[in-house]
Amino acid sequence: MTNEVVIKTDKLTKQYGDFVAANQITLEVYQGEIFGFLGANGAGKTTAMRMLCGLSTPSSGSATIGGFDIYKETEQIKKNIGYMSQKFSLYEDLTVMENIRFFGGIYGVPDKDLKERMRSLIETLGLKSEADKLVGSLPLGWKQKLAFSVAIFHEPKIVFLDEPTGGVDPVTRRQFWDLIYDASDKGITIFVTTHYMDEAEYCNRVTMMVDGYIKALDTPYKLKQQFSADSMDDVFYELARNAKRREDQL
Amino acid sequence: MRTLRFLLQKEFRQIFRNSNILRMIIAMPIIQLLVMPLAADYEIKNIRISLVDHDRSPNSQKLKNKIIASGYFELNDFNVSFDESYEQFQRNNSDLIMEIPKDFEKSLVVDKQANLFIAVNAINGTNATVGSAYLNRIIGSFNRDIRLDWITSNNSVNTATIEVSSLNWFNPFLNYPSFMVPGILVILVTMVGAYMCALNIVKEKEVGTIEQINVTPVKKHHFILGKLIPFWAIGIFVFTLGLFGVAWLVYGIVPLGSLLTLYVFLAIYLIALLGIGLIISTYSNTQQQAMSLAFFCMMVFLLMSGLFTPVDSMPEWAKWIAIANPVTYFIDVVRLVVLKGSGFAALKTQFLIISLMAVFFNTWAVLNYKKTM
Repeated sequence: MTNEVVIKTDKLTKQYGDFVAANQITLEVYQGEIFGFLGANGAGKTTAMRMLCGLSTPSSGSATIGGFDIYKETEQIKKNIGYMSQKFSLYEDLTVMENIRFFGGIYGVPDKDLKERMRSLIETLGLKSEADKLVGSLPLGWKQKLAFSVAIFHEPKIVFLDEPTGGVDPVTRRQFWDLIYDASDKGITIFVTTHYMDEAEYCNRVTMMVDGYIKALDTPYKLKQQFSADSMDDVFYELARNAKRREDQL
Repeated sequence: MRTLRFLLQKEFRQIFRNSNILRMIIAMPIIQLLVMPLAADYEIKNIRISLVDHDRSPNSQKLKNKIIASGYFELNDFNVSFDESYEQFQRNNSDLIMEIPKDFEKSLVVDKQANLFIAVNAINGTNATVGSAYLNRIIGSFNRDIRLDWITSNNSVNTATIEVSSLNWFNPFLNYPSFMVPGILVILVTMVGAYMCALNIVKEKEVGTIEQINVTPVKKHHFILGKLIPFWAIGIFVFTLGLFGVAWLVYGIVPLGSLLTLYVFLAIYLIALLGIGLIISTYSNTQQQAMSLAFFCMMVFLLMSGLFTPVDSMPEWAKWIAIANPVTYFIDVVRLVVLKGSGFAALKTQFLIISLMAVFFNTWAVLNYKKTM
């Protein structure tokens, strides 16, 4: 982790009619950091993340991702980020190898590197015997690990993970976080949303969103001190229980 | 170019792995082309007729025999009263009633004139109109036969009769397959092109994979080309299979005109059509929506294209729909090239219009596609 700022937002807002999904989000994320993004369902996490990935245009405010402007340099941003959505979104009717090759290819990984990197990735994931199986036939835990590996295959500066471990068993979640640590060690910044408070403890810093606003932002240790809580669970409960917004409003 | 290569590779892999698509592009053209021309035949046979003969004379018998012998009519029942026949009508057992009045022969000989009564069941409009037209012709010819008899026997007044003989150009025997097959080929290409392309893109939306593509540096035009090219190729394949595999081998229809003209037109037509598929996909979020929208468009396109009913006989407002309908031009061109052998020079207007449509639909699709990204 260095002091280089890779994500910087200033009063970033997304408004749908009268409804402000994300209100004046201001934050800085450092290179190589694991940045946790917490909040109840409907708090605006996904909206904020989609703006940072260039999937939706902010209503107001400014931001730079990897030094590129969120309005003008979206194509540059897209080359430098990876994204893994809540919904599993690799092609289920393609094999493991074909998926990696496809995403590697469209991110511009050169042909000569492609083969070698695919081979080493398959080895790290321990998917050698599954390499030629259709992705749809893999168990969920493996799919998630594969999706993450594909998201960082082109060696981006930042990777955005939207609830990457939803519905996955604790052992696989642990393995998944090992992958995240490995990526962070390589200098990739991790921006992750989660509902698991034990995962929040693994993050370098976390932020809590309530009703579209950022209500807290610090290291898990300091947050616990601030709210005189024993665990991140208590911190979350303290902040989220006053939330007015429900999921069905989105 | 490299991005496009990866996109195409992926698209073709998915298509060849999907057995439904394969079935659709191979079995559908063959089955439809074999079955539909046989059923979609305007020549009407087996018109059920009820006869009421109050006369029971040699001449009324002669008329009856002539009607049955024509092959178009099937004697449903033979009754003594009109009411009995009318009951058959109400049960929908017969399409036509012909009543021969008492003294039919007598008035024919004495007054040189006789009346017949025909009632038509117009619930099935085509059967009714075509049936009564046939019957009128048969009665007309019966009429002439009788006159000829008298002329030769009595040597009396010679009444001149005018007979019209017509010749059908370009399809001399009014062979229905030669008329319908080119049209059905058009339907096939249209269905495959617009439906499959729209559904494919919307499926990616539904599953969420399109979002994964949207965060990559893949350009919009690359993505769109990656979708258009495979379905364009499939459209050409289906047309070729239908034209050579069925139209030529089974029906013996060999295009009289140049294949090049036909294929160049097909290529442009497919671009226009895939543009429509793209437009549909940008307005739908689920496959179900896309299906309904595509189905609606296809119904209008096919019914208003001149395939089943000639455009010239449509009301004025309907003609405008036919003019704005790309299918109209393709049917026109396929029939002209295959049956008449028209060349490029004769089809310039159609080429120009379809090219403009291709540009228009695709521009619309691309502009609308941007918003959703």
